[in-house]
Amino acid sequence: MSQKLVLIGSGMVGARFLERLLQQAPGQYDIRVFNKEPYGGYNRIMLSPVLAGETQLSDIMTHGPEWFHAHQIQLHTNCEIVEIDTEAQQVYTTDGESYPYDKLVMATGSEAAILPVPGAELNGVTGFRSISDVNRLMSLSQSHRRAVVIGGGLLGLEAANGLLQQGMDVTVVHRNPVLMNTQLDEVAGQLLLESLQDKGLCFELGANTRCILGHKSVSGVLLENGRLLPADLVVMAVGIRPNIRLGQKIGLQSQRALVVNEQLQTSSPNIYALGECVEFSGQTFGLVAPLYEQAEVLAAHLAGKKAAYRLSETATKLKVSGIELFSAGNFQETEQTESIVFKDLSRQVYRKIVLLNNRIQGLIAYGNVTGSKWLFEQLEQKKDVGPFRSTLAFGEGFAAVETIGAKA
Amino acid sequence: MSEQISPIKTTCPYCGVGCGIEMQPKTQKNEIVWQALGDKVHPANYGKLCVKGSSVGETLSFSGRMLAPQVHGKAVDWEEAITFVADGFRKVIAEHGPDAVAFYVSGQLLTEDYYVANKLLKGFIGTANIDTNSRLCMASAVVGYKRAFGADAVPCSYEDLELADLVVLVGSNAAWAHPIVYQRLVAAKKERPQMKVVVIDPRRTATCDLADLHLPLKPGTDAALFNGLLSYLVASGSVDSDFIAEHTEGFKEACEMAQAELGTLSAVAATCELDEADLLTFFQWTVQLDRMVTLYSQGVNQSSSGVDKSNAIINCHLATGRIGRPGMGPFSITGQPNAMGGREVGGLANQLAAHMDFSSAEDIDRVARFWQARNMAQQNGLKAVDMFQAVAEGKIKAIWIINTNPVVSMPEADKVKAALQACGLVVVSDCMQNTDTTEVADVLLPALTWGETDGMVTNSDRTISRQRRFIDGPELARSDWWMLTQVAKKLGFADAFDYQTPADIFREHAELSGFENDGKRDFDISALAMISNEEYGAFSPMAWPINERFPKGCKRMFADGQFYTPNRKARFIAIQPRLPQNPTSETYPLILNTGRIRDQWHTMTRTAKTAKLMAHIDEPFIQVHPLDAEKYGVTEGCLARVHNDLGAFVGRVVVDAGQRQGSLFVPMHWTAQYASQARADVLVNATTDPLSGQPESKHSPVALEAYDVQWQGFALSRAELETSDFDYWIKIKGKSYFHYELAGKNLLKNDQAWSKLANFDQNLEGLEKVEYQDEATGTRRVAWLKDGQLELVVFVSEQQALPGRHWLGGLFSKQTLEARERFYLLAGQASGAKDEGRTICSCFSVGLNTLVEAIHSQRLSNVEAIGQALKAGTNCGSCIPELTEILDQELHVELH
Repeated sequence: MSQKLVLIGSGMVGARFLERLLQQAPGQYDIRVFNKEPYGGYNRIMLSPVLAGETQLSDIMTHGPEWFHAHQIQLHTNCEIVEIDTEAQQVYTTDGESYPYDKLVMATGSEAAILPVPGAELNGVTGFRSISDVNRLMSLSQSHRRAVVIGGGLLGLEAANGLLQQGMDVTVVHRNPVLMNTQLDEVAGQLLLESLQDKGLCFELGANTRCILGHKSVSGVLLENGRLLPADLVVMAVGIRPNIRLGQKIGLQSQRALVVNEQLQTSSPNIYALGECVEFSGQTFGLVAPLYEQAEVLAAHLAGKKAAYRLSETATKLKVSGIELFSAGNFQETEQTESIVFKDLSRQVYRKIVLLNNRIQGLIAYGNVTGSKWLFEQLEQKKDVGPFRSTLAFGEGFAAVETIGAKA
Repeated sequence: MSEQISPIKTTCPYCGVGCGIEMQPKTQKNEIVWQALGDKVHPANYGKLCVKGSSVGETLSFSGRMLAPQVHGKAVDWEEAITFVADGFRKVIAEHGPDAVAFYVSGQLLTEDYYVANKLLKGFIGTANIDTNSRLCMASAVVGYKRAFGADAVPCSYEDLELADLVVLVGSNAAWAHPIVYQRLVAAKKERPQMKVVVIDPRRTATCDLADLHLPLKPGTDAALFNGLLSYLVASGSVDSDFIAEHTEGFKEACEMAQAELGTLSAVAATCELDEADLLTFFQWTVQLDRMVTLYSQGVNQSSSGVDKSNAIINCHLATGRIGRPGMGPFSITGQPNAMGGREVGGLANQLAAHMDFSSAEDIDRVARFWQARNMAQQNGLKAVDMFQAVAEGKIKAIWIINTNPVVSMPEADKVKAALQACGLVVVSDCMQNTDTTEVADVLLPALTWGETDGMVTNSDRTISRQRRFIDGPELARSDWWMLTQVAKKLGFADAFDYQTPADIFREHAELSGFENDGKRDFDISALAMISNEEYGAFSPMAWPINERFPKGCKRMFADGQFYTPNRKARFIAIQPRLPQNPTSETYPLILNTGRIRDQWHTMTRTAKTAKLMAHIDEPFIQVHPLDAEKYGVTEGCLARVHNDLGAFVGRVVVDAGQRQGSLFVPMHWTAQYASQARADVLVNATTDPLSGQPESKHSPVALEAYDVQWQGFALSRAELETSDFDYWIKIKGKSYFHYELAGKNLLKNDQAWSKLANFDQNLEGLEKVEYQDEATGTRRVAWLKDGQLELVVFVSEQQALPGRHWLGGLFSKQTLEARERFYLLAGQASGAKDEGRTICSCFSVGLNTLVEAIHSQRLSNVEAIGQALKAGTNCGSCIPELTEILDQELHVELH
């Protein structure tokens, strides 16, 4: 008799988890999935290209109802779980229906963080997280001209680019003087700024939002520095907030998100959590790569195999066509770190590698990402790069043996 | 259709082998390019040429040439320059007498130029203070021949090397210094493998490749070795008693002297620090193999006992009668293309003219009558070292230096430089504007050079050949004979210097050689005294004497056993071997040897113009025995400093077991134009042979230490760079760029020369800068490009190894750098990594080329397979549509 497994959330990580679980433990679980959105699984990362008009919604649907059907998984769309009885091991939907579980996996994801500024509740202020956000943005872009994107991080810039492609005048407001400051340093940020300005985006950097103006609908954004940006659409892209209300409600241990152990197990033994709603080793997550790793680990664990999740390095790319950018690890310099810097600024090429004890701690490649995959491998494997340090910045393929002074 | 121009026959401008060259013109892009080919009928080389000779066509450009007469740095016309020189000389002569002036000339002068200079000074100005850089080269050999034969006559022909059964090379690295002679030997030995070759040299040189036996003797013990050989020949009963009795004198005294100290094999072996068995092998071969040529060069000559060494060698040939016969003889080989021509005209201070000397009042009178001399010099003048000493002491107040570079090549070169800087009037005629010597001149006179002027040269085996003009020189450059005659005319000697062409001068020179000769003087080319201008133009190579007895010349002298001493007998000279004058000490424990390298010649003014010749060895070096390297804390490739009280030389260390322990070798070529501190001759003592005045250039006590630098690097630049502020710099001509090796004693951040270079771009507009920095290792790399073309690239580092220069150098010949080349530019080398192509999967940096290759080689047929193979598309998945497209396209291609 197979065990009952309930999954809350069929986002990218949830779907990946299902795939792996089916592979690892075929027939072992009787699976039921609840999804708040009216879809099966889709590639959320691809929302940016959809907004930019480079691809269509239909192209990013990865797991339609037929996939669930084919794998004998019960899929409940437009259906939110509002209560869990951990004693009885039952979940309750908005409609009051209940379903039992042996194992429960929470993959509730995250929501766009909304700045606590006056006017944040006005019409025309939105996040950029879901298909419904994209649909809203696309339709608003047809009737409105001026957009302000608050947040110059990865998501904000992708949203801004998308709206620009939809024909809007877009200004990005970013609190830090450096764009994508989590992934880029000043030089790379400046190069990115110039490229995006060339594309037609406007920027307010080092600028905080005082309030959003408007009566019912948004009419502008007032900055702390006194500048007023007229706007009839405001996208909040200042970060994400793990969606942990349900977990908190049932008393799962949480800090910034639901705390899990190496098996993705919450403080309640039969409840697991995955993805942006978890906190592991004090870290929360926003990029897909480590979440896929979590999915692998949990699938293996639930298949009865030995598996443990460990933090890994992640790399970032920006999905704005024509911009080559690679960032990974920690590029913050300290007294102990050593940096290798390459600049060909007239060609908008920049590269910085930060070393700690001759091992790559972080790297940024902008404009030309040749060899960055290899560099990332050196970072992941914590390789001693001493023997090839003099050519390290240029990637693989160099002879390691060199002579001092004399020439070839 | 381009006009067909026939090849021009001429003679190589470099070493004393004197190879015949045919300059073949070729039209390339409406320009005539000259290619040098060996002259198949020239007796010196029969069609062969070495790398220097064959690349001479690449040195013809006017880059760096002196283009106008200059007085105190200001360009003037010829009239003003000549007047200035003549007035200057006249004033000094009037106030201080003719001995207060001097000419310092060159073995590269053509015979006609040489003749005019000698005649002007010795016959009209009235002093014999003319000496030549040949003093540094073969003065000892000249005196050796004169002592033995009564005349400066090289007995042999190159052909004798091929006919010999035993060739003994003493102090000669012919493989590098006289490559064609060496090649002839190689060919001969290949044909007759039984031929034996012995190399006697403290160093194991490239010439030893051919040797059956190498005797690495203690420096300076050559005379002892040949005295030992003489003793052995006597002891083994191998001497030619009849020849000795009939044609020589002084045998007994010479033998007694030799036997006194070097009568046994073990005594010789001990003195020369040689293996007894090796020594015996050599001695036995000299007994067994009758046809023996001893070829000797600077290792013998450049010594405080150079003359004695030559005579110790000649003694052995006289004792065995091995002279004047095919495949035999003591053969001194010279270093310059016309050292021999200089000897013929009397261009040395201790010669008069045409093999006549000041020791004979009759000779002085004869020459005076022939020249109708107005102020005939009566005694020897000052030899080179003494001449510059006299300049330093203020005794010589005006000097004319013609086509040579004494600030580089004279011993105690820094003192020579200071002396010239202090001298009242220094006139320098040269073809190059910037040499270490033109820098100290008051007057500069632009000379025509090889290929631009006509004349004769004589090579090491007495063969006279023509150098021919085939191109025009710079507009204002002139032949040396013309400059000299102009000054002569200004000084009031117009009638004696009324030459119109070099042929006029040559006929006079030939006439003097036969003037009242009657077989008394060896140098006699009187058969050429009447040659027409046409015959002069068409002159074919011929070895002197060329007279009534030998109208077609004479390959081998002394075939009749008749010498040029009063009693016609050759003289044995009793030799008491002397060690080099300056011994090592605690402070200066090493012996410095100087010499040539394969692809450079003299002070590099011509050879450094072509990238091809800089490719073999491009940086001054210090060759050290491994044990000495360890002892003095230097390693292969590091910079080191050789120094003594006279000066210092900085070069890169080459550790070589072929180097004798206790001895160092440095090349003699580098000048202040090409290196920060690599003039070898600043370290050489001005110690000379008492008879020949030749300096002991191969035996200077020195100390060796690491030259500590904080950083090393290099720069490659399309334009020449100003590098004089760097602590260490070397300039090397590349194919379309200049290559500089650089190093500094300060950390980069404190190095002003580096900061200046690093800020190179501030002065130039439109330059794009590419830079690389690894602060922790003190590594900086910078490149500047203009319109995508490489202008300058610099690599420096305090800690890291530097990449090869070759790949970077090649980028200078490109119009624009490809993106890949530009990216790898500051790696200093092309990556072996495949060009990944345009990035498709950004998450995993998978490029188009990588995908396409994997699709075909791993037969990937769907996106999942790609993901498994390359990870592409497995993270964010945003590239999946593109992956699908690429798959479709590639699989479609495969189907067709």
